[in-house]
Amino acid sequence: MTTNPMPAIELPDAEIQCAQLAELIRPELRPDTLLVGIHSGGVWVARRLQRLLDLDTEIGLIDVSFYRDDYRAKGLHARVKPSSIPFDVEERPLILVDDVLYTGRTTRAAINELFDYGRPASIQLAVLVDRGHRQLPICANYCPWKVVLDPSQELVLSTDADDRLTWSLAEHA
Amino acid sequence: MHNPQLNANGELSHLLSIEGLPRDVIVHILDTASSFLKVSARDVKKVPLLRGKSVFNVFFENSTRTRTTFEIAAKRLSADVINLDVTRSSTAKGETLLDTVDNLVAMHADMFVVRHAASGAPYLLASHLRRIGRDDVHVVNAGDGRHAHPTQGLLDMYTIRHYKKDFSNLVVAIVGDILHSRVARSDIKALTTLGAAEVRAIGPETLLPTEIKKMGVRVCHDMADGLRDCDVVIMLRLQNERMNGTLLPSAREYFHCYGLTQEKLRLARPDAIVMHPGPMNRGVEIDSDVADGPQAVILPQVTFGIAVRMAVMGILAGN
Repeated sequence: MTTNPMPAIELPDAEIQCAQLAELIRPELRPDTLLVGIHSGGVWVARRLQRLLDLDTEIGLIDVSFYRDDYRAKGLHARVKPSSIPFDVEERPLILVDDVLYTGRTTRAAINELFDYGRPASIQLAVLVDRGHRQLPICANYCPWKVVLDPSQELVLSTDADDRLTWSLAEHA
Repeated sequence: MHNPQLNANGELSHLLSIEGLPRDVIVHILDTASSFLKVSARDVKKVPLLRGKSVFNVFFENSTRTRTTFEIAAKRLSADVINLDVTRSSTAKGETLLDTVDNLVAMHADMFVVRHAASGAPYLLASHLRRIGRDDVHVVNAGDGRHAHPTQGLLDMYTIRHYKKDFSNLVVAIVGDILHSRVARSDIKALTTLGAAEVRAIGPETLLPTEIKKMGVRVCHDMADGLRDCDVVIMLRLQNERMNGTLLPSAREYFHCYGLTQEKLRLARPDAIVMHPGPMNRGVEIDSDVADGPQAVILPQVTFGIAVRMAVMGILAGN
């Protein structure tokens, strides 16, 4: 791992990216498509997509804590939010929504959990950013921003006081 | 002071008693349980959290219901569950508790769910595991003597929080055989830790422990006095074997004084909930009209109990 500071990158406006993501999805959208957001960043993005795409179905929320493969190392510390899939996933096309696609392990866990609710017709993946360093054979169907970041860097999506989505970049020691 | 339930990082390693559990640990368990509640309502009632782990139910005292709920909880976490009827096997052959445990550790047990007639048996087990350097094996107390039944206490707190949201203004009455009840002790500890406004212990003098006042509860020998304006009524099971001793004149007399009827329940707040850890003795501590009535939350307690036990095992196995 490098000790030199990483070159600064310009962080895009996450709200504009949500609009871009919506436009990427729009041509492929089917009348019975359902959105499922992954806690917590993915849920924020899914709520925006629901509004931008004018969907009248509820969105699903998923917390993959019970499906993670790093449970042995990390345990159940973070506050786990209940998953809520308020619709029948059987034979429906689903779009899984997350903020950051990185190792792919969260996506793997989310797909596993979705299958415990039934057998969807298809699952696609929509993310705001693909930051590289995949450890599993997973790629996004819809993604407005691709960037390769060092593993020492953490890209964090958060909401500010006005409920606007903003990116920040943290460096791990 | 060393807390045998917590590991070096202050995380829950064994669940032995509610006594000594920090408030945030209790709240973490209750919050996690609410996520697990949704799992049990799904088509596939299972998450892979404890896949490949072996949970041993070691019951030195009979309890089909508690053992079953732990078994269901462990199975919904995808653990392999082994039920040992030790009363009929090893112990009957003269093996000591710690020898039994050493044998099970040699079989690569990851968690023990223990019920024992002797108060403190789960503590002995946890400190033995520490001594032999097996801190990675976890112990859950499923009831020890008259001492504690922490998962029942936690599921009671989950139930109260579910219906009443906040503990700070609550008046909770615990009614019946508090002397022999490990549930009552666990409930009182949990309620004081979570900041309930008032806890009342209602029962005849012979069924209240002498040290009860030190636990910060108000003692009432009169049922009407104790039930007035309370938000939660926790009825305790009157163990039939107590009837044979000198503690009580008769079941009928007990029901007359301390059995919960609709008439007595009217003294509590109109939105008061009625709880019971089961199994119930209808017509002894609780009237059927109350047990089946709109204020009873006795069956939801059972459902919440699975989620709470899933939360406890899920948190322990990760620490």
